[in-house]
Amino acid sequence: MDIPPSDDAWALRFVDAGRRVEMDGETRWLLRGVGGRVQAGTAVAVIGPSGAGKSTLLSLCNLMQTPDAGEVHVFGREVRDWDVRSLRRRVGLVMQQPVMLPGTVRDNLVAAARLHGAPEPDVSAILSEVGLPPELAERPARDLSGGQKQRIALARTLVNRPDILLLDEATSALDRESAAIVEALVMRRVREQGLTAVWVTHDLEQARRIGDEIWLVAEGCVVERGPAAQVLAAPRTAWGRRFLLGTAAEEADGAPAGRDEGMLAHGTEHREEGTRG
Amino acid sequence: MSLWALAWTLVFVATAMGLSMWRRLGLEKDMLIAAVRATVQLMAIGYVLKFVFRVDHAALTSAMVLLMSAVAADNASRRGQRLAGRFWRVWMAVMSTEIVTLGFLLASRVIPFQPAYVIPISGMIIGNAMVASALFLNRLRGEAQARRDEMMVLLTLGATPRQASRHVVKAAVKASMIPTIDSTKTMGLVQLPGMMTGQIIAGADPIQAVRYQLLIVFALIASAAFTTMVLGALTYGRLFNEYLQPVV
Repeated sequence: MDIPPSDDAWALRFVDAGRRVEMDGETRWLLRGVGGRVQAGTAVAVIGPSGAGKSTLLSLCNLMQTPDAGEVHVFGREVRDWDVRSLRRRVGLVMQQPVMLPGTVRDNLVAAARLHGAPEPDVSAILSEVGLPPELAERPARDLSGGQKQRIALARTLVNRPDILLLDEATSALDRESAAIVEALVMRRVREQGLTAVWVTHDLEQARRIGDEIWLVAEGCVVERGPAAQVLAAPRTAWGRRFLLGTAAEEADGAPAGRDEGMLAHGTEHREEGTRG
Repeated sequence: MSLWALAWTLVFVATAMGLSMWRRLGLEKDMLIAAVRATVQLMAIGYVLKFVFRVDHAALTSAMVLLMSAVAADNASRRGQRLAGRFWRVWMAVMSTEIVTLGFLLASRVIPFQPAYVIPISGMIIGNAMVASALFLNRLRGEAQARRDEMMVLLTLGATPRQASRHVVKAAVKASMIPTIDSTKTMGLVQLPGMMTGQIIAGADPIQAVRYQLLIVFALIASAAFTTMVLGALTYGRLFNEYLQPVV
């Protein structure tokens, strides 16, 4: 059953949530003991070193990965109690690697509508919203540049009109101007339409701009959480001070062991500059 | 053919074994086992068929077809190891193909319901369905792995398992039908099919033999298409868990 978005509801609530993997006969926690709430209609910037568990955190919200411990609630309902398809329509995810579906740009942009038997959206309007020319509609999607693909991936997700938008490094392949267009588009939806955004970024300046709250994830735990100004200016933990003040960025990058966050993080090169802020 | 004449053909096996020994391929033992197994299996099936043809009872003929389909399903389901419940799925695909294809031939009176017609033609239909099923299961896994990112995108947009795996199943169906289509294209040019050859050697009119062979060829194309599509419909759901996450 769908639950309507509500201003006074928590869009997301994590209760001691965790996710583990078995590797070489050993259990490794990608994420452990995560607690916290995200107010509907706000934007949370998730920052932290590579392999910290940020992408895993996102994938628990739309059940692309299942929590192995604790609970994750979306609009008051635990993710496993949702009809999965309804949940994923309500909680959109823009992946780090912008994978294009076969066919043209138009095919990609109308994919969500076709999946749900909904009327096809105005492709030209969508393209202009993400700063791309309407002529692009009939181009094979695989021929686009990385930056164009990333914007198409975002637009493709927005066609579903999600109430929560999860962005995993969604502007990492974009130049400054294109990144600003995407950022403005998402934040306009947050401020004017009550969209809730959870945005994983390595760019601390971006985190400062977009985040009503900032969550710092390190070694599979949320080590700092609070209003952006407070977290960035006066981190409370040693981890926060090390990461945010950049006194030991190399150490921070090396600290969380092992591979990156499961299925959502394949083949990514994180930008060191972003982590040093 | 007399047993004496048949015995002479062992010269071929001996020649192959001799060549293997000469080139030190180490295949002599395998060749001997293969020759003995083929002889025992074919002689045994020859006597079984003789008995079934003589009794000429619908129940016995049906039992033979069921046995063939079970062996075929067991063989084909050895592929796709990670797909649970694959034996029953393959068996259902093979049997539904057999029922539709043979049912059409019987209903349209192309062949009579006699074991001498039903069993060999069923054998060819089921054998072809078995090969197509094995190829399908093999390719399904490969395609699902190759197109995992695409499936993930569709799932995040709220796709059903059927929608998310549509391209995967389509590619696996196409790939598993290619051998049947290719062998049909070259039939008569590259090889003379076994059934036709057998009939001609046994003294049948070549034109009649060709007609029967064409019947089989057409039935086999349908059987490959039908089997893989039924199997696709029965297996795509196994690519996902209860939370619609890919498991392959």
